[in-house]
Amino acid sequence: MLGAQDIVFWVLAVVSIVAALGVVVVKDLFRSALLLAVVFIAVAGFFVLLSAEFLAVVQVLIYVGAISVLFIFAIMLTRNVREGNLPNRLQIPAISVSALLLVGMIVAAVNTDWRPIPEAATDLVESAQTQAVSGVAEAGNDGGSTGIAELLIGEFVLPFEAVSLLLLAALIGGLALARSRGT
Amino acid sequence: MSLESMLIVAAILFAIGLYGALARSNVIAVLMSIEIMFNAVNLTVVAFARYVAPLALREEIGSVLTGQVFAIFVITVAAAEIALGLGIVFAMYRNTESVTLTEASQLRH
Repeated sequence: MLGAQDIVFWVLAVVSIVAALGVVVVKDLFRSALLLAVVFIAVAGFFVLLSAEFLAVVQVLIYVGAISVLFIFAIMLTRNVREGNLPNRLQIPAISVSALLLVGMIVAAVNTDWRPIPEAATDLVESAQTQAVSGVAEAGNDGGSTGIAELLIGEFVLPFEAVSLLLLAALIGGLALARSRGT
Repeated sequence: MSLESMLIVAAILFAIGLYGALARSNVIAVLMSIEIMFNAVNLTVVAFARYVAPLALREEIGSVLTGQVFAIFVITVAAAEIALGLGIVFAMYRNTESVTLTEASQLRH
């Protein structure tokens, strides 16, 4: 009954949720950073399941490769690593707020009629998404156009430029923050 | 594997991240929890793009990729946010010798 996709899905679901719980519960900050990398890898697996291979690669490169390393650097440079991840005094309000939100989101997800794409069209969608990176050869086109790149430079060119400005601002801001006082 | 199960997994991840962001006292732990929330949102966006691309746009091949483009923007913003957040953490650590949120009660040094 269970297809290979379902088995992979449930494995990834269990791994990601257990690792995410570990990130917020484990006292040792270093371990929780490593568990965070596990969460990132599991999410990359979900992206592959959702036929978003390009995003899976981006996820591994940026999150697992860069952000996890940044976190580990930050943790090693500050003190009190072993006992650093202490809870604050807001345990009960925090648990109740997130539990309420969780129940609300699950009820909304289950009860809404999402009108998913009919099964017949699923193959078409999957092939379109798989071609996102490999390129869609069209008549009169030299085959160089790729789906995501076309959207980024075409329809979403304004947010694309805004993001480049944001990255420049972040770069300058990071330099300003890292400069020591008085020099 | 369906849209609902994907959404529920993302909702659980988001709730865990929210709990971590609210209930931890270490700045770095809070930033890590925020990253979990970003990932949950990305998961939702990509799941919607895969399962419920709008009917009118469905003929065009690019429409099913809009969610993935959204996710790319979210990842970019998250990366910038983490770089700056950790910069602020270092500045705070230099000045107060601590990374506990409750001790960061003033912006000046």
